[in-house]
Amino acid sequence: MSNATLVSTTVNGDPVQFACPTDESLMTALRNRVGLTGVKEGCGTGDCGACTVTVDGSLVCSCLVLGVEAEGREVTTVEGLSQDGELHVLQQKFIDHAALQCGICTPGFLVAAKTLLDRNPNPNETEIRYALAGNLCRCTGYDKIVRAVQDAAKDMRKASKKRR
Amino acid sequence: MRYATPASAKEAAGMLSKEKGAAFLLAGGTDLLVKLKMGMVEPDLVVDIKRIPKIDQIQTSAKGFTIGAAVSGSVIGQHKGLKAAWPGVVEAANLIGSDQIQGRATLAGNLCNASPAADSVPAMIAAGAKAVIVGPQKKRTVPVEKVVQGPGKTCLARGEVIEAITLPKPEAKTGDAYLRFIPRTEMDIAVVGVAISLKLERGVVKKAKVALGAVAPTAVVVPAAARALVGSKLDDAALEKLAAACSAACNPIDDKRGTVEYRTRVAGVLAKRAAKIAFQRAGGAL
Repeated sequence: MSNATLVSTTVNGDPVQFACPTDESLMTALRNRVGLTGVKEGCGTGDCGACTVTVDGSLVCSCLVLGVEAEGREVTTVEGLSQDGELHVLQQKFIDHAALQCGICTPGFLVAAKTLLDRNPNPNETEIRYALAGNLCRCTGYDKIVRAVQDAAKDMRKASKKRR
Repeated sequence: MRYATPASAKEAAGMLSKEKGAAFLLAGGTDLLVKLKMGMVEPDLVVDIKRIPKIDQIQTSAKGFTIGAAVSGSVIGQHKGLKAAWPGVVEAANLIGSDQIQGRATLAGNLCNASPAADSVPAMIAAGAKAVIVGPQKKRTVPVEKVVQGPGKTCLARGEVIEAITLPKPEAKTGDAYLRFIPRTEMDIAVVGVAISLKLERGVVKKAKVALGAVAPTAVVVPAAARALVGSKLDDAALEKLAAACSAACNPIDDKRGTVEYRTRVAGVLAKRAAKIAFQRAGGAL
């Protein structure tokens, strides 16, 4: 039995405290202790990307991070994408393009796609496919996902032009 | 399992050497956490080095680069100076896994995991990288090719910790390249990896270093391959000699990714391609 450790961290902008065993993954801690079940467990070994979150802005598989490592860090999950009850444009485009079926991979794809578009607002198809290579989908396939990301990128570029 | 966050590499080394049970060092965790999940390791103590000051930074000096042991692949990939100096090393590091893995995986970790197919290891060897190793008593610096001693085995003594990887400042007219072959376009383990660095003088190869991955229990330095390049302008005869020397240095296994025969052949083919890239990066005209 591992010792439980108190972890103080920031999740989706809110200060959060949880106590978890030292050998528990951040994925399990986020799901079972913070209640953010948008973080999905696929493989548990960093191959499928369903548990993708960002830690201090870096894209990571939360199954390959210990919960205790989150101390003092800033974690963002899919739940942090929507603002004031409004879906993020990526989320809306995934719905519009029917870019999901069972939905297990979707949160990971959204977080990875958001990270890509923050870094590169105008990725081409190849760049999108490489950036999402760490996220596996076993039902829809990738074409609709790629189209949803391209469409979202287009809207986001328009919106940022308007703001300027 | 106890979890510790030492404030220095020396403190980390002390913790690891004093621990009576099973102790493991945690940097990016992309190998350790998989082993933990699979039940392959049952640590009594995990020492997370990421809270050590500067261990997540790349320092540049007149001598070259010092890459902290917790610097992730994505940080390496965004470092303009490192990319300009050693593009082959950066490409090799960035070939490992997905963007998610790149967010955590480190050069020092790739080295310590000691997989025969580690992508960054041949590239580091060709570039003349060294590992800065801190023990409970003393510090030593070891060339990367001396660190791995077999699959999963390194030269690190109990309690020793790699604090950083150093890369020299490249001499004028130096270029490096790393190519690997995998059955897919992305996210797979090397069937063969070839790293070459070379220095030109008046358009002719003056010095070269060639290292192969995934074709033997450890990465292999191939002096005969380097000799094939030296004195040439990368003409076809030199490239053929290079390919033959690389194939001759292979001692691979058969597995689902490739047969012995296939790996041996591909090592030569990739070496020719990598040499051309390194040559052009050094300013050579093909």
